[in-house]
Amino acid sequence: MSESPTTDAAARAADRPLSPHILAWRWHVTMATSILHRLTGAALYVGALILVGWALALASGPDAYDLYAGALGSPLGLIVLIGLSLCLFFHLANGIRHLVWDFGRGFAPKTADATAWLVLAIAVAATVALWAWLLLRGGGA
Amino acid sequence: MTGYRTPLGRVRGLGAAKSGVADFITQRVSGAALVILLLWGVYAAVCVARGGYEGATGWLHAPLNATGVVLIIAVAALHMQIGMREIILDYIARPATKAFLLVLNVFIAWGAGVVGVLAVLKVALGGAG
Repeated sequence: MSESPTTDAAARAADRPLSPHILAWRWHVTMATSILHRLTGAALYVGALILVGWALALASGPDAYDLYAGALGSPLGLIVLIGLSLCLFFHLANGIRHLVWDFGRGFAPKTADATAWLVLAIAVAATVALWAWLLLRGGGA
Repeated sequence: MTGYRTPLGRVRGLGAAKSGVADFITQRVSGAALVILLLWGVYAAVCVARGGYEGATGWLHAPLNATGVVLIIAVAALHMQIGMREIILDYIARPATKAFLLVLNVFIAWGAGVVGVLAVLKVALGGAG
């Protein structure tokens, strides 16, 4: 009984379940939050680098800091910051949802749907509240 | 069964070697820590937003504030490295590209983490102004 490595590997690969392509699924809110969790996580990767840049600018002195804070306070910088805050609040709220799942709770379809919408609502509400707070205190970055 | 295949060849493709769970747990523990840290971090950002250079350095001179920012940078570097690795492993099929991106991810996460922590410490432990 001999087995050639290549056909063996091919047979093994054929045995494995395939993940259906994304277009095979009807759009659903739980699917949207799952995708958004990855997208916002990747965006926050850049956000963390912006935070490190802030610390670096602060350590480099007043001129560098003013330049950096000025860039963040520019219209383009504010759009980026508002977007990142939305990503942060979503990823944070949905992360808590994931932690609850890790304890085996919240998997019932209706519960998962409801928490998905809740997480989206929290993300938008928290972002609006944060920037309202910042603007009411008089100005951006 | 013929005996010519190496142990590695026999088990390749059969699943994890029971060590993958460490990163799974690390990702959840760091995530839980970041929930607390970043709720404070958002409040901190509002406090520092308008103070300019003097305000920010003065704020970081408070040990508790510096501790919070160092923790955010360090834990975030850990969390984002594991998360980005998962994304790379899921979507990048070409072995060479995958290996390159995995190494780049480690370099960026560690580089950003160390640079960020050192920058905060320089300001926090430096003299006023």
